[in-house]
Amino acid sequence: MNFDWIGREADRIGELLVWHLGLSVIPVVAGLALALPLGWLAHRGRWFKSALLSAAGLLYTVPSLALFVLLPSVLGTKILDPVNVAVALTIYTVALLVRTVCDGLDSVPVETVRAATAMGYRSAHRLVAVELPVAVPVIAAGLRVAVVSNVSIVSVAALIGAEQLGLLFTQGAQLRFLTPIVVGIVLCLALALALDGIVVWLGRALTPWTAKAGAA
Amino acid sequence: MIDYLLDPAHWTGPGGVGTLVGEHLFYTAVALAVAGIIGVPVGLYVGHTGRGTFLIAGFANALRALPTLGLVVLLVMVLAPVFASGLAFVVPSIAVLVLLAVPPIMTNTYAGVRAVDPAAVDAAVGMGLRPLRVLFSVQTPCAMPLILSGFRGATLQVISTATVAAYVSLGGLGRLIIDGRAQNDYDKMLGGAVLVAMLALLVDLTLGLLGRVAVSPGLRRHAQAAG
Repeated sequence: MNFDWIGREADRIGELLVWHLGLSVIPVVAGLALALPLGWLAHRGRWFKSALLSAAGLLYTVPSLALFVLLPSVLGTKILDPVNVAVALTIYTVALLVRTVCDGLDSVPVETVRAATAMGYRSAHRLVAVELPVAVPVIAAGLRVAVVSNVSIVSVAALIGAEQLGLLFTQGAQLRFLTPIVVGIVLCLALALALDGIVVWLGRALTPWTAKAGAA
Repeated sequence: MIDYLLDPAHWTGPGGVGTLVGEHLFYTAVALAVAGIIGVPVGLYVGHTGRGTFLIAGFANALRALPTLGLVVLLVMVLAPVFASGLAFVVPSIAVLVLLAVPPIMTNTYAGVRAVDPAAVDAAVGMGLRPLRVLFSVQTPCAMPLILSGFRGATLQVISTATVAAYVSLGGLGRLIIDGRAQNDYDKMLGGAVLVAMLALLVDLTLGLLGRVAVSPGLRRHAQAAG
C-alpha cells in the first residue's frame, strides 16, 4: 500500500466517489419510481403479471458489460456518456423491483385490505395509505439487493471508460500498482454498506409498527 | 454490427466466434462445477442441521457488494506470478467466478432445505429413515426447485463476470468487447455484446427447461395445485 499516493490523489478519488454515488443512487430512485406502477399492474392483472415478470427476467439476463455497449446504439448516445450507465442500471433495478413490488403487494393480508375498504378507503387512497406501507418491508428488502448490486455493477463501466471508482481498477491494472485497486474495493464496499444502511433505516422509519413488534 | 456478425471470417479460427463461445461456456461450466462441489454440501449441511445460518447470510451479502472487476484485477495481480504463464490469467479469473457462484448456490440450497414441509420430514423420520436418508431422499428432492434456481442465478452471474474478465486477458466473448474498445471498432464491440446477451439468454432458457425435467413429478403437481 502506498499511502502517499492516496494523499496525492485524494481529490480525484473523491470526484470518482461522487460519480459512483450518483450512478448507484439515481438509477435506484428512478427504477423504484418505474417499478411501483409496473409492480402494481403485475399485482392486479394475472395475465399481465406473467408477461411483465418474464420481460423483467429477460432484461435481467443481459450481462452488464453487454448492456453498456448495446445501449448507445439504442439511445443514440456516445459510448462514453454516463447516461448509458444510468439507463442500464435503471433497467436492472426495474427488472428486479417489479417482482419485489408485486410480491410485496401480494403479501398484504386480505383482511387488512378489507378492513381498509370497510373504513372507507377507496382504491387509490387505500393503495397509498394502506397497501404500500404494509408492503414496505418486502420492497425495502428488494431495494437493498438492488442498491448493493448496483454499486458493484457500476464499476464494470470502467471498461468502457465512464467516470467512477472502477477507473481505479483499470488504472491499477495498467500501472501494475495495487494501491488504487485496494482503495477502489474498500470504497465500493463502504459505499455499498452505507447505502444498504440508509435503505434499512428508511424501511424502519416508514414502518414504525414493525419496530414494536420486533421488540415484543 | 450485422456486418461484423455476418462476415464468415469472424466466425472461424483461433480468435473466431466459435472458439470464443466455446471458451466462455468452458469457463462457466468449470466455475459452476467447482462452486457446486463447495456450495451444495455446505448448503445441505447448514439447512439440515440449522448450524451456521448467520454465516451463510453474512457471506452472501458481503460478496454481493464486492465489485467484481476490482476482485478480478486484484486476484490476477496477486496470483499471476504464482502460476505458469499459460494459467496466470485463467486460474485467478476462474477463482473469482467460483467465488461469485458459491453464494447463490449455497443460500438457495440452504433455503430449499429449510423450506421443505416439516410434516414431510417428520413422516420420513417416522418411517424409520436415518438422518442421511432423510436428507438425500426427502429434503434434497423437495429442495430441488430452489437449488436449481440458485444454479441458474449463479450461471448468469458467471457468464456476466467472465465477460468482464476478458479485461485481464481471459478468453471468451468478452474479448470482442475489450479488443473492440482498444481498436475503436464499435461494430466488433456491438457484435460481442449481442453474442454475450444471446448466450446468456440461451443458457438461462436451457437451464429453465432442464429444471423442469429434474424436478420430481410429485412436486410439480403440488406446485400446480398451489398455484
